[in-house]
Amino acid sequence: MKRHALVIKIQDNVATAIQDLPAGLEAVVGIDEEILSIRLIQAIALGHKFAIRDIARGEDVLKYNCVIGRATRDIKIGEHAHVQNMESLRGRGDL
Amino acid sequence: MKFSGYPRPDGQVGTRNYVGIISTVVCANEVARGIADKVNGCVAFSHQQGCCQTTPDLDRVTRTLSGLGCNPNLASVLLVGLGCEGTKMPEVRQAIMACGKKVETLMIQEEGGAAKTIAKGILLAQEMAIDASSIRPRECGTGDIVLGLKCGSSDTTSGLASNPSLGMAVERFVEENATIIMGEVTEFIGAEHILAAQAKDRKTGQKILDLVERMENRAKAVGFDMRGGQPTPGNIAGGLTTIEEKSLGAIAKIGNAVVQAVYEYGEKPGVKGLVIMDSPGREPELLTGLAAAGCNVIAFTTGRGAPQGFPFVPVIKITGNEKTWNNLRDHMDLSVHQVMDGGESLGQAGRRIYQAIEAVAAGTRTKAEISGYVQAMDIYVTGPVI
Repeated sequence: MKRHALVIKIQDNVATAIQDLPAGLEAVVGIDEEILSIRLIQAIALGHKFAIRDIARGEDVLKYNCVIGRATRDIKIGEHAHVQNMESLRGRGDL
Repeated sequence: MKFSGYPRPDGQVGTRNYVGIISTVVCANEVARGIADKVNGCVAFSHQQGCCQTTPDLDRVTRTLSGLGCNPNLASVLLVGLGCEGTKMPEVRQAIMACGKKVETLMIQEEGGAAKTIAKGILLAQEMAIDASSIRPRECGTGDIVLGLKCGSSDTTSGLASNPSLGMAVERFVEENATIIMGEVTEFIGAEHILAAQAKDRKTGQKILDLVERMENRAKAVGFDMRGGQPTPGNIAGGLTTIEEKSLGAIAKIGNAVVQAVYEYGEKPGVKGLVIMDSPGREPELLTGLAAAGCNVIAFTTGRGAPQGFPFVPVIKITGNEKTWNNLRDHMDLSVHQVMDGGESLGQAGRRIYQAIEAVAAGTRTKAEISGYVQAMDIYVTGPVI
């Protein structure tokens, strides 16, 4: 089956779109040989991320099985995970 | 790998054979370019530094210009200064002569202005270009390659396709005894634990962690969230949310290679294999640092399409983004976008990258060389202009 998005490590809670994806799509998400189906709440552009499970405000966002930042509000499954709901924990002279 | 390279007196090998017209201070840039533009076989290096800076920065400018002059892609060097700069011209001259190259110097204030300096420089450079053209290439191997690594204008395809593909090629260069230099310490932030674990021993790993801490503290000292600077607005538009995410993709370009040593900006490695060099992530400073450290070819991955090359080191542009490959064909040398949807394995893509580097080392021109998109270079500074 043609995949729409990739999850890099099984522990990750976000997937990366490998093409432009429309809102409402039942996205085919590959994790190694496994396939998940996730309904997208909004359009996701090539290279952008969406949650593959609900992520609570304050929770770490994981990609490559590493922390890539923290949720600044609740992120629902299928929702775009990016600067509007995530923040970096590094290089922060403002904290 | 086999290629015809230009042997230098110090044992290094050039993949190109230019006379370098190097400006030693921002005030001499026009004259250096004026000379290089009029003599075939010459190439100018200009930058914005060399005066009214703190001592650490002026020392770095002096060391960087020395390293550039010693780069094996230059057969000889004409240094052009103004006459009142902070760059230590005699030190630069000595360092380049010590690697066995002919060096000439011109000072604009002594020669009587730009027009006279350019006229005298053209005549000097003509003779140097003829001498350079008499150097005959000899057969060289992978062990003569000093490969610089860079990623720029990244998006998420960089971390998923182009960087891991380059990582496969890097592992092969390591096996075949090349030297490989990775900079961009800013883009280790959030991934430094992985790099430290890839270091040959604990001491080297600690040096990596120290470099990252130094760089992060510089960013923090400004008192702002560095997002918008790193990742850049373009990175963010491309889907990269935080510096941590960008870094985890960026370090994929070394594959599983072991980090042998850690060096300061522009410092020539004393060992073979993969090494890390302190530097920021921005192109003009990083490409200059790689050239000053002796790189004779640079592999540069990009997601959204970064155009810059370097004046005298070929820079190969590799993208994993199909849109960028189709939109920016006058800047991209190679695409590995089929990795994204499983159409090509990382191993296959890595082999194509290896072959592209081999071809460019042997003389095939890159898009940046053909288009001349190589002028906007600079030297890394950490202090204020005063």
